[in-house]
Amino acid sequence: MQLPPALCARLAAGPGAAEPLPVERDPAAGAAPFHFVARPVRFPREHQFFEDGDVQRHLYLQDVIMQVADVPEKPRVPAFACQVAGCCQVFDALDDYEHHYHTLHGNVCSFCKRAFPSGHLLDAHILEWHDSLFQILSERQDMYQCLVEGCTEKFKTSRDRKDHMVRMHLYPADFRFDKPKKSRSPASAEAPGDSGERSEGEAMEICSEPVAASPAPAGERRICRHRSVSELFLKPVLNMCSVLRILGCTWAAALLILNSER
Amino acid sequence: MWSRRQGRLRPTVCGVEELRRRRREREAALRKARREQQLVSKRLLRDDAPEEAGEGCVAAILGETEVQQFLRQAQQGTEEKEREGALVSLRRGLQHPETQQTFIRLEGSMRTLVGLLTSNQALLQLEAARCLHELSHSEQSTVAEACLPATSYLLTYLSGHSSDFIELCLYTLGNLIVESEAVRRQLLPQGIVPALAACIQSPHVAVLEALGYALSQLLQAEEAPEKIIPPASASSSILASTLPQHMLQMLQPGPKLNPGVAVEFAWCLHYIICSQVSNPLLIGHGALSTLGLLLLDLAGAVQKTEDAGLELLACPVLRCLSNLLTEAAVETVGGQMQLRDERVVAALFILLQFFFQKQPSLLPEGLWLLNNLTANSPSFCTSLLSLDLIEPLLQLLPVSNVVSVMVLTVLCNIAEKGPAYCQRLWPGPLLPALLHTLAFSDTEVVGQSLELLHLLFLYQPEAVQVFLQQSGLQALERHQEEAQLQDRVYALQQTALQG
Repeated sequence: MQLPPALCARLAAGPGAAEPLPVERDPAAGAAPFHFVARPVRFPREHQFFEDGDVQRHLYLQDVIMQVADVPEKPRVPAFACQVAGCCQVFDALDDYEHHYHTLHGNVCSFCKRAFPSGHLLDAHILEWHDSLFQILSERQDMYQCLVEGCTEKFKTSRDRKDHMVRMHLYPADFRFDKPKKSRSPASAEAPGDSGERSEGEAMEICSEPVAASPAPAGERRICRHRSVSELFLKPVLNMCSVLRILGCTWAAALLILNSER
Repeated sequence: MWSRRQGRLRPTVCGVEELRRRRREREAALRKARREQQLVSKRLLRDDAPEEAGEGCVAAILGETEVQQFLRQAQQGTEEKEREGALVSLRRGLQHPETQQTFIRLEGSMRTLVGLLTSNQALLQLEAARCLHELSHSEQSTVAEACLPATSYLLTYLSGHSSDFIELCLYTLGNLIVESEAVRRQLLPQGIVPALAACIQSPHVAVLEALGYALSQLLQAEEAPEKIIPPASASSSILASTLPQHMLQMLQPGPKLNPGVAVEFAWCLHYIICSQVSNPLLIGHGALSTLGLLLLDLAGAVQKTEDAGLELLACPVLRCLSNLLTEAAVETVGGQMQLRDERVVAALFILLQFFFQKQPSLLPEGLWLLNNLTANSPSFCTSLLSLDLIEPLLQLLPVSNVVSVMVLTVLCNIAEKGPAYCQRLWPGPLLPALLHTLAFSDTEVVGQSLELLHLLFLYQPEAVQVFLQQSGLQALERHQEEAQLQDRVYALQQTALQG
């Protein structure tokens, strides 16, 4: 198929539309037995017209068996250790370190050191577990936000929220990143194997392994600080409440203060 | 900017003949599947393609005890390397359908795997995800559906940060999506559409390509036109999300355009558009101009690079443009077609030439666009004449009957616009070409030839004489008895004799 040489030049030149020649139709054009009518054609999804192109598309999908390790090979670097305090994991490839960092240190709660897969879940956790004002506000209005991306429903209790996620979003009842907060009894220390966040492939029920028995794989130390709930929460909360009473602040203003303090 | 796609494709050690044979088999299987409306393909990421093994060190099939043992080691082992190694062994075993069956029949196996997937040990997570990925690729529904307990976590991880991991999750989800409507009935309420919409903002090319793949699988679903695409289907709606705008962004030509990513999103767009749900919405987002510019870009690239697989991108782009041009909305912007740039015609012919040489089966799709461009546009018809494209068009006539009919249709589009157009069609190669097509046996080709002749005789009566001199009447006589052609043949004979 020979194209006129000027065509490539036309493509490279600027945009423009041809000045149309005058259109002048004779009614005899469409007179029987002739029936041609100029019209754009549309083809729906399953039309046979698409067969060849579709087959090629699927050959392409099936064809590509991709390497998990990138080509070229993952660049290796001299071994280095993770810089996060308390973590001595060692790496010799940046990709591995990136993944480790994001998994273990990326979205970590500064209060209880739990790691979350995303900022979204971390924010929800901090609000619901460590924000005392949240507890108070939630007695008056629905505060527990659905955890599914894109759903704006809110609920009175975390139980209600879980029911919603199970019924409407078909989430598992033991979804690992939505553990109900435990009671605030000062006596209960939080065991490291708690709530599944750190349990290593165990069943998702809260396991009550004593600290000593939890396996510490070589090269990786957990940050296993235990602080009783009273240390973490009650003192600053009590302080805050008395301050608020003195100031006569509204809850909304109080939230502002709390946020700025974080 | 159009560089050769960096080979993540691994050449196998098989001979060329063997490869060709396999490809022909697969092609035949795909055609059959499409005719039965069951065209399903999955993608597999693997770090050692079995053919590469060569010396036969393919992973062995694992028995029940071994699977249990590996799972236990991965879950409870003390050394991290040991745990990881156990999962790697499991993953290799899972390349076999038998091991997959064994795995899913073992009680608690998926639960354990999901536990490992959601552990805080990065490398264990990755290996567990790879095991899941192998399972998702299975052709057996029971195996793929056994992965369902993991989907909420796969979706959750899409808003994480580790690009390799996200890529793997996306390909796994893509494989599961295409498995069955049952799977999609779980994934949609779980929020797969918002999760994808959030993930599409990733800067990583590999993630975007994986996302495009997963999305194209979702859009290809049979129930997509009713339940997934329309804006009214609330939280699971594609058109109501920000996805369409992002998709179009991925298709804008420029330094950031990545061919692999563009291919996936072009197909996504095609599935949306040919569902004909809400195309004016897409036109409103600038789909026509984006795709038009992309077409120009493709034509430029085709002239420079050989064998870059550009037809994989050209095909969906042509389809999208062609279908969009049938929308009434196209005409309403200022009363004129949004797509008016003459360069589109030039680009299209460059692509037609490319198809002619490399992929003739795509010629009809290119000609389809040409028909839709010229049908109602005097401007584009004039362009074809002024750019001297009639002769190249005629050169396509011998390719096949389907192509012939389409070429003749385009020519009719031009001729029907009146004498000013027909004057430019004659004298020239048109009449000899028509006399040639009249000799075809295919009724549709001949019928279209008769329509064109009629228009030519009407608007350019001088052509009649030449037609007679070149034994036109004999050519017509051949078809006098054909039911579908008789009336027109007779009418033309009368015109010729009276002229």
